[in-house]
Amino acid sequence: MTHAAVKPAPAKAAKKPKQELSEGKRAERKLGLLLCAPAALVMIAVTGWPVIYSIWLSMQRYDLRFPNQSEFVFLDNYITVLGSGYWWDAFGLTMLITVVSVILELVLGMCLALIMHRTIVGRGLVRTVSLIPYGIVTVVAAFSWRYAWDDKTGYLSDLVSAGALTDKTAAFFTVVLAEVWKTTPFMALLLMAGLALVPDDLLKAASMDGAGPWQRFTKVMVPVMKPAILVALLFRTLDAFRIFDNLFVLTPGTSSVSIQTYNNLIKGLNLGIGSTMSVLIFITVAIIAFVFIKVFGTAAPGSDPGGKR
Amino acid sequence: MRSASRTARGRRLVAALGAAIIATPLVAACGSDSGITINVYYSPEQVFDKVVAKCNQQANGRYTIAYNKLPREGDGQREQMVRRLAANDSEMDVLGLDVVWVAEFAEAGWILEWTGQNKAEAERDVFPGPLSTAQWNGKLYSATKNTNVQLLWYDDRLTPTPPKTFDEMISAAEQLKKDGKPYQILLTAAQYEGLVVNYNTIVNSAGGHILSDDGKSVVMDQGAVKGLEILKRLASVGVTSSDLTSAKEQQVQLGFQQANSKAAFQLNWPFVYASIKSDAPDRFQHLKWTQYPGVIPGQPSKPTIGGFNLAVSAYSKHPQESFEAALCLRNADNQKFQAINESLPPTIQSVYDDPTPVDRDKPVDEKTNPTMVMAYPMKDAVFESLKASESRPLTPAYQNASTVISAILSPPGDIDPPATADRLRRELQDALQSKGILP
Repeated sequence: MTHAAVKPAPAKAAKKPKQELSEGKRAERKLGLLLCAPAALVMIAVTGWPVIYSIWLSMQRYDLRFPNQSEFVFLDNYITVLGSGYWWDAFGLTMLITVVSVILELVLGMCLALIMHRTIVGRGLVRTVSLIPYGIVTVVAAFSWRYAWDDKTGYLSDLVSAGALTDKTAAFFTVVLAEVWKTTPFMALLLMAGLALVPDDLLKAASMDGAGPWQRFTKVMVPVMKPAILVALLFRTLDAFRIFDNLFVLTPGTSSVSIQTYNNLIKGLNLGIGSTMSVLIFITVAIIAFVFIKVFGTAAPGSDPGGKR
Repeated sequence: MRSASRTARGRRLVAALGAAIIATPLVAACGSDSGITINVYYSPEQVFDKVVAKCNQQANGRYTIAYNKLPREGDGQREQMVRRLAANDSEMDVLGLDVVWVAEFAEAGWILEWTGQNKAEAERDVFPGPLSTAQWNGKLYSATKNTNVQLLWYDDRLTPTPPKTFDEMISAAEQLKKDGKPYQILLTAAQYEGLVVNYNTIVNSAGGHILSDDGKSVVMDQGAVKGLEILKRLASVGVTSSDLTSAKEQQVQLGFQQANSKAAFQLNWPFVYASIKSDAPDRFQHLKWTQYPGVIPGQPSKPTIGGFNLAVSAYSKHPQESFEAALCLRNADNQKFQAINESLPPTIQSVYDDPTPVDRDKPVDEKTNPTMVMAYPMKDAVFESLKASESRPLTPAYQNASTVISAILSPPGDIDPPATADRLRRELQDALQSKGILP
């Protein structure tokens, strides 16, 4: 999905100089396109075709266990999924986890970024250490959390009265904690890149004008960093919405949209319903990306911020 | 320059790794005399590799059986097999199927029908209940390997005479709790197949039905509602452990045999016998077992049949050898061997009365060469249970039905019998036709 986020901006930037193209430039561009074509074709084959195929599957009744009953049902699967309480339960839960964990990650990530930015001694060491959670494979991390919170043998389970993995509310926060712990470093890294954009002179000038630390942060740093913050939020939201590993390991039986898709597709062998769900996730993710880019004006990384304004 | 050489090195590494990955299965596949390898995919069992070795000896070089261990959890086993079968994988020959998967695999055309001599051999002297799990639409699609049936395990210091019904068991537990003694009833009630097994047994024992006998429609009669009431009561009167909603076989087993256990009763499969014997010798001294509690006073329970069947993949390149290998792996001698060594209940009736030791040629010895009577004392309880047992509803959509049932019944404390029954009726109907979505 990040590709979708990247595309629009360069297209816009290219629009203006279009009329001024000379004969030579045009030939050059043609050659460029030709050279790109093989790569683009491979991309279409490996990413485009599965997308189209799953849209095609989503309009069929196709259950591997009843191969004789396969038929084209058009939008029936969508009606079934969108009319089901299970889907909306999973959707609500996924949204809740996404919103709560992304907000926490933003706050903590910002703190971590400021610390990493301001560290004078051992900067490399601090950055490396803080990135360790992000470097651990999610499933491995999830298993270590599961053993830590286990009702009988976990070394953390005494901290909470309700079962951290069995009580509904407690389990929700356990999952959010695992997510936040895992991806805050990633958020911090993106935010730190934004912090580097804030000129020191600007901060010094602000403090000369009598701005306190909080004012310098909210009135100077945040506005300058806005593009970086939005990109970080976009990436994390898209990622968090597809949560799978942590839920799969920590709380089997709890459904996010991805887990439900997996259940229907792999456990249920129902290619029709499963594909419908994956198309719906695709659409949701596309909407999230669209909202971030069009409404909040997130600049795609790599595009020239000057050209946009 | 530096980066160029680095990528070149990287590429070489990738190429070497790739070659290694491609070569490994080839190397593993070689090594038998005739070159025929029968790949058996089966769940991990302690002594199954010895059974495989014995059968390899018997095959005398005509084929070599390779035992590929599937994941420990049932869902993981099924997923690996269906994913590969859906892709027409010819590397799998003999498949170890949980009894509830046979209908599904047969209907999808993934496993071969058993006919002629093989069929006769696979059906000979097998209990009717377990045999029915090996069939679909009146045809035989697998050979029973071992059956399974849950028993009630108890401590004769706490309850000298075991309860015969759920009502008796709950009152006994309440009384023990009042007296300050261990009182808990442990059972598998997490949101998974184990909860469905318990519910199915209770419903059958109450004379009810969840699905019709042909597995095509939902019944959910009075007995099924009664089953909901019992589960609800069991979970809400304070006689279960705090981790009831996440308890699977292993948690139940450990909960009963751990030090300072608060458990008085355990509903579990016979595999717990061997582990209590080795891990909790104290508790083992007073360990007793009987049939799973019933619902109607004076009538025995009708426990759910578990266990595994062996099927031959439709994509196997050596079906004849596969049938032969499967028959060997589940023959009477090997069933006895596994019953004695890891408490797996045989499906062949005569094994229960077999007076000879594991190795017929050597003298009987309690430790090294025991007989069924010595090493499998719960054989009578299992035998009686099996005579009354009933299989779970046979339907290709079993996975869907089971997923829906366990999702709706979990947590058992939240069951509201009439409303929950309505919901089951509605959603099971969709699940049977693979309509609707799985939670």
